[in-house]
Amino acid sequence: MAKIIVVTSGKGGVGKTTSSAAIGTGIALKGHKTVIIDFDVGLRNLDLIMGCERRVVYDFVNVINKEATLSQTLIKDKRTKGLFILPASQTRDKDALTIEGVQEVLEELSKEFDYIICDSPAGIEKGAQMALYFADAAIVVTNPEVSSVRDSDRILGILQSKSKRAEEGKEPIEEHLLLTRYHPERVALGEMLSVSDVEDILAIPLLGVIPESEAVLKASNQGTPVILETESEAGLAYTDAVDRLMGEEKPLRFLEVQKKGFIKRLLGG
Amino acid sequence: MGIFDYFKSKAEPSSASVAKDRLQIIVAHERTKRQQPDYLPQMQQEIIDVIRKYVQIGSEDVQIQLDNTDECSVLELNVTLPDQ
Ligand SMILES: Nc1ncnc2c1ncn2[C@@H]1O[C@H](COP(=O)(O)OP(=O)(O)OP(=O)(O)O)[C@@H](O)[C@H]1O
Ligand SMILES: [Mg+2]
Repeated sequence: MAKIIVVTSGKGGVGKTTSSAAIGTGIALKGHKTVIIDFDVGLRNLDLIMGCERRVVYDFVNVINKEATLSQTLIKDKRTKGLFILPASQTRDKDALTIEGVQEVLEELSKEFDYIICDSPAGIEKGAQMALYFADAAIVVTNPEVSSVRDSDRILGILQSKSKRAEEGKEPIEEHLLLTRYHPERVALGEMLSVSDVEDILAIPLLGVIPESEAVLKASNQGTPVILETESEAGLAYTDAVDRLMGEEKPLRFLEVQKKGFIKRLLGG
Repeated sequence: MGIFDYFKSKAEPSSASVAKDRLQIIVAHERTKRQQPDYLPQMQQEIIDVIRKYVQIGSEDVQIQLDNTDECSVLELNVTLPDQ
């Protein structure tokens, strides 16, 4: 049986796809067979972030409609062993995913994989609800900013009431807070909510804090998940988050203001 | 940040702490609303309709809230009647 983890946020553009790619890769690097599913129907992007956009032949909706098999559709990652991507459809039909169809695909994947990562679309409506419905755990991606924090709380409400686990009265979905795009400098100036501010409001366990980093954009330009950029703070922060997800104790880092030297600034550390 | 901003920021709370206060209020409010049963809005409307048979009030003049404690649930109804 695979563990199903949804990466969700409510608000758009906070770093769900970046985090799904990084965390999925990190889990596979630990030797677990992992598949990352792009649930963002119509706005496929995970393929670009993973650098496999030119190898997409079939997609999630083709599998649900039985136009292709899973093995024809899954894309094997070229860099990381045991990692696969299930691309989203580019169809404009938002109703292309059905609960029954998704369930069938997840059940088939469950036989073969250890972890299934679901990259949710933005919003709190049907698409996002579909991505979280079958989840065992949720990574709630939040930026230290008012609308993102409020939307994260809304999505927590949905996880607690509209998921399969909630509807069936099973043990609730495991919740993890992932704070991304964190600027220690602005927090120190009192311009940005701090880690503990967001923890106080959302009151769920913290999985990690990913600093704002130029490495994220660079990695996405190249189609490399940023966790493979082991020189970058964002990459290392994602590695720590994966370790914590696997139950390891890791202290938080990159939360302090750093005095950057000229050279480091130039290289965009 | 200029020198004047520096002095000002001593008196005024930082914008992050304003953000935190606002978030705490709105999130608490939205959480209680979420935990209320689905029938509450409909019930509120019907109560308003009944009162309106006798007194003219606006929809905002009726506040309704369900509080759950360990022992019992309390339905709190607050109606503001217009001045005579
Ligand atoms: N830690 C970070 N530092 C700098 N930029 C980041 C960071 N995380 C994400 N970004 C940038 O933010 C943008 C949005 O990221 P991403 O696509 O992962 O968000 P998303 O939540 O999946 O968006 P959508 O809701 O549209 O699916 C991208 O341009 C990405 O490069
Ligand atoms: Mg995305």
